[in-house]
Amino acid sequence: MVENKNAMQRFSPVGENALLVTFDDALTHEAHGRVRTLDERLKVAPLAGVIEWIPAFASLVVLFDPLQIQWNEVENWINDCLDSPTSLAHRRVNRVEILVHYGGEDGPDLAFVAGFHGLTPAQVIEKHAEPIYQVGMMGFMPGFAYLLGLDPALATPRLDTPRTHIPAGSVGIAGQQTGVYPLASPGGWQLIGRTDQGLFDPRREPYFRLAPGDEVRFVPAKRSRLG
Amino acid sequence: MTLYIQEAALMMTVQDGGRFGYQRYGMPESGPMDGWAFQAANRLVGNDPGAACVEVGFSSAEISLERRCLLALCGAGYSLSVNGRPLPLWMSFLGKPGDHIRMDKIPGGNWAYLAAAGGIQSEVWMGSRSAYPAAGLGRKLAQGDRLPLGEPCAQTGRFSGRSFPTAALPPYSLEPVIRVIPGPHLAWFTSESWDSYCQGAYFVSTQSDRMGYRLTGPTLAHHTGADLVSQGMVQGEIQVPGDGQPIVMMPDHPTTGGYACIATVIKADLPRLAQVEPGRGSVRFKPVNLDAAHAAWVEVNEKITSAIPFEEDAWLGL
Repeated sequence: MVENKNAMQRFSPVGENALLVTFDDALTHEAHGRVRTLDERLKVAPLAGVIEWIPAFASLVVLFDPLQIQWNEVENWINDCLDSPTSLAHRRVNRVEILVHYGGEDGPDLAFVAGFHGLTPAQVIEKHAEPIYQVGMMGFMPGFAYLLGLDPALATPRLDTPRTHIPAGSVGIAGQQTGVYPLASPGGWQLIGRTDQGLFDPRREPYFRLAPGDEVRFVPAKRSRLG
Repeated sequence: MTLYIQEAALMMTVQDGGRFGYQRYGMPESGPMDGWAFQAANRLVGNDPGAACVEVGFSSAEISLERRCLLALCGAGYSLSVNGRPLPLWMSFLGKPGDHIRMDKIPGGNWAYLAAAGGIQSEVWMGSRSAYPAAGLGRKLAQGDRLPLGEPCAQTGRFSGRSFPTAALPPYSLEPVIRVIPGPHLAWFTSESWDSYCQGAYFVSTQSDRMGYRLTGPTLAHHTGADLVSQGMVQGEIQVPGDGQPIVMMPDHPTTGGYACIATVIKADLPRLAQVEPGRGSVRFKPVNLDAAHAAWVEVNEKITSAIPFEEDAWLGL
């Protein structure tokens, strides 16, 4: 590991074709902001030999072709982007509204989540639809966004026994996280609702409705059930 | 104009060089488990080195031909016969309509690549023909499937009967020593763990697939816990969950994850790891530095490219 002179980030190799930049070992607002800034700067200053990069909560990993470009060149590129005085103020944040049918068959765990916190289902919906979330990272499955900004009053442990089938579009809570399943899959999240609006379609561009850094709001659909 | 699947292997998909640019959205790169054999097969039939092949894994398969085409099968753990007549792997051969290409599973590996001149022209999903059935991008091949083929290069006849040179074959082994680059979370582990990691033998578990190879061996203990703030993951990365048993990320791995990474397999050795048989083979790990890893990768690429140079001029004048 190489400590940067500003001691603000750490560079480490992950194999000979990937460089990991870690801003913090904890998920801090500051570290995540730096990931977002770096992600945007890398986009506007592409470097030949870099294949892609994966921004995460407090780190970013750059994948490159080691036959085209050396590790230290990639590190210099990242350092240049970190030091770049370019303002990102002009950047337009993509805001996405997701219509959610809360409760009923769409959200079989709404009542449990409400009971767990001593709230009514209506209060859970209100607290869940209130914040503007930010896509902190994607992963787990294509199109799955880990959203930052869940009201701590809604943090709920995962199911003791994961479900074998969760329908696509399900909106769930797991610990401090909330998110939407883009594809049907097994899973252990507490399901409070479901959206009909697809998040991932490999047949049509844009393939993904959400991207890292996007802002997301959940809008309760009229047919949400409180029972 | 097709290959017809008479019998599908347990794991049998179309794979090309991989799907790039979507890992930030959670879409893995996919591509071949054994990129060395994959590239060799394509080169032997005069294809672009990243053209789509049939990846055959873990059990026997049979394909019949509906047209004349130049083929090659490369990999480990398979024997090849055409209409019952044995043929060597790592050699191009001309197939006729009605020929039955049989790929029988034998010990010594897991994966083989059937390349056809012109490449498999299956559906392109997000810039790649690599199947990723977990997200509905293509699916596992099944009996009765037909795969379209592209136009072969003009001079396929000239390429028939070529063998991949012995000196350029991957050094497969049932118990390979796999080179790794330590870190980035080495500090999460006790020093005793690092010693056992470098000295112990790790068996490849039968719970291994295109997502990851689960290894069983000496337990690797973390200082304070296995979990960290989730971050991007790469192929070859070795994650160690709380049970202390490592998992190596393979082409269909999740793009982000939250376990500590003790080391990463160097690119040159990924094909050899992929061919270690679950339930039979074991690996030992040897730490190397970045320079050694880079030199090994350059060497592998030179071996492959000089063995069968890709002849772009063969495509001219079509």
